Amino acid sequence: MTLALFLQHLANALSLGSLYALIAIGYTMVYGILRLINFAHGDVFMLGAYLAFYAVATFLLPWWAAFLLAILVTALFGVVLERVAYRPLRDSPRISVMISAIGASFLIENVGIVVFGGRPKGVLVPDVMNVKLGLGGVSVMSVSVVIPVLTFVVLAILLWVVHRTKTGMAMRAVSTDLDAARLQAIDVNRIISFTFGAGSLLAAVGGIMWSYKYPQLNPLMGTMPGLKCFIAAVIGGIGSIQGAVLGGFLLGGIELLTVAFLPTLTGYRDAFAFVLLIVVLLVKPSGLLGGRHVEKV
Amino acid sequence: MLKVEQLSAHYGGIHALQGIALDVPDGSIVSLIGANGAGKSTTLKSIVGLVKPSRGTVTWNGEVLTGLPTKDIVSRGVCLVPEGRHVFPNLTVDENLTLGAYSRSDKPGIAADREKVFGLFPRLKERVSQKAGTLSGGEQQMLAVGRALMTRPRLLMMDEPSLGLAPLIVKMIFDIVKAINAEGVTVLLVEQNAKAALEIADYGYVLETGRITFHGPGKDLLKDDRVRHAYLGEAHA
Repeated sequence: MTLALFLQHLANALSLGSLYALIAIGYTMVYGILRLINFAHGDVFMLGAYLAFYAVATFLLPWWAAFLLAILVTALFGVVLERVAYRPLRDSPRISVMISAIGASFLIENVGIVVFGGRPKGVLVPDVMNVKLGLGGVSVMSVSVVIPVLTFVVLAILLWVVHRTKTGMAMRAVSTDLDAARLQAIDVNRIISFTFGAGSLLAAVGGIMWSYKYPQLNPLMGTMPGLKCFIAAVIGGIGSIQGAVLGGFLLGGIELLTVAFLPTLTGYRDAFAFVLLIVVLLVKPSGLLGGRHVEKV
Repeated sequence: MLKVEQLSAHYGGIHALQGIALDVPDGSIVSLIGANGAGKSTTLKSIVGLVKPSRGTVTWNGEVLTGLPTKDIVSRGVCLVPEGRHVFPNLTVDENLTLGAYSRSDKPGIAADREKVFGLFPRLKERVSQKAGTLSGGEQQMLAVGRALMTRPRLLMMDEPSLGLAPLIVKMIFDIVKAINAEGVTVLLVEQNAKAALEIADYGYVLETGRITFHGPGKDLLKDDRVRHAYLGEAHA
């Protein structure tokens, strides 16, 4: 393998890892705050991609307007999803909420098949995403550069919100101790809504960028990325934002580099994610950056 | 004035509170004592809305609190320092105090209250940027009280503030409770350390398996034979 080819694979791994990271953050944030695996998160990702598609194809909006509109509507959808499917079960056993999440996932997918149609749709990739960039024999599409850059911008904003604002402080408080947060007059429901909104917004960013990189949509497109990003969040240490990002990049990197170095195993690329999960769970069950909380009595 | 009437609460099939009544007059210290599982914590949690009572009402200065969400009860000046402290371990001391003032927007008032908390607990000032999880048990209790004071309470309820603390720290916490009360904050104290709780109390209630069995001025309860026998570890005279 030439250096140029290796670098090309690396660039691809970087952009795939970024997409995984964007989606994994949503899993980890919701888990951190509600101890809930939001199984419908992959479908929210799908919804974001479709909304941007229709905004361009039907309403003839420019791509950037479609992008903004789609991420905002998807964020709103995430808020409504929590209100309808999870909040009424807040005090129920955790298994009930999980079943509700699985139900929500199937519902969104099947309504998607009815509304969007089961046949794959081709995405009109905006021209700026489709520029071929060459640098010393390495050539990548501009979308593969935009994705990591966008991911880091979004991540920086998110970390700023979580660590530097009062809402972020309340999020961290709610995630460690719900009742103690209530006792500080924190509106816990508002914080949970905000978390779902932010996570869904990131999933929509991921979904739309995904559709620019792999320009084809179908209503079940969220299932596999959703599953893998859940794994990425677990590998990184579920509940930790930095962990989810690390897990996403690890997963994207290992997946594409294995394909690059062991081309005969390309058919097994999805299996690597699960092998990595098993190894990490055996060695460090709390995930790479997962913390332990010591309670003083 | 906090008035609790006919308060009942259930956990599943367990009847934790069976119609209790108590009054906490403005400016007083009232202690609620009783054995493990008597319903002391449930009483406080019902007042602040963390437990939904099955019957009865809680009124605060004539306004019914029962049914309000906890955040609205706390922003009305009724605040609870929970059993086991429950500081946010992954947040700094500073952030814990800031969250105490979460619902307030009067910046100068918040800054003044923060200085007041540091005046009461100089130790917290030394550790202001340390994560609360790294504090000792006593320091965490100071932080829990300080955080509660940041809500600017008019009624401060404390659940077992002495639990698991060294005697010296316990004395300090009780002194602080008295100091807070002297500034006009009403205090409702729940304790297993019955002697200390009754000594500083204007009025005391004894709770047994979900019912109030005795009540009276703190000093009278300290002298009452039945209370001394059951809660103060003294044999019948």
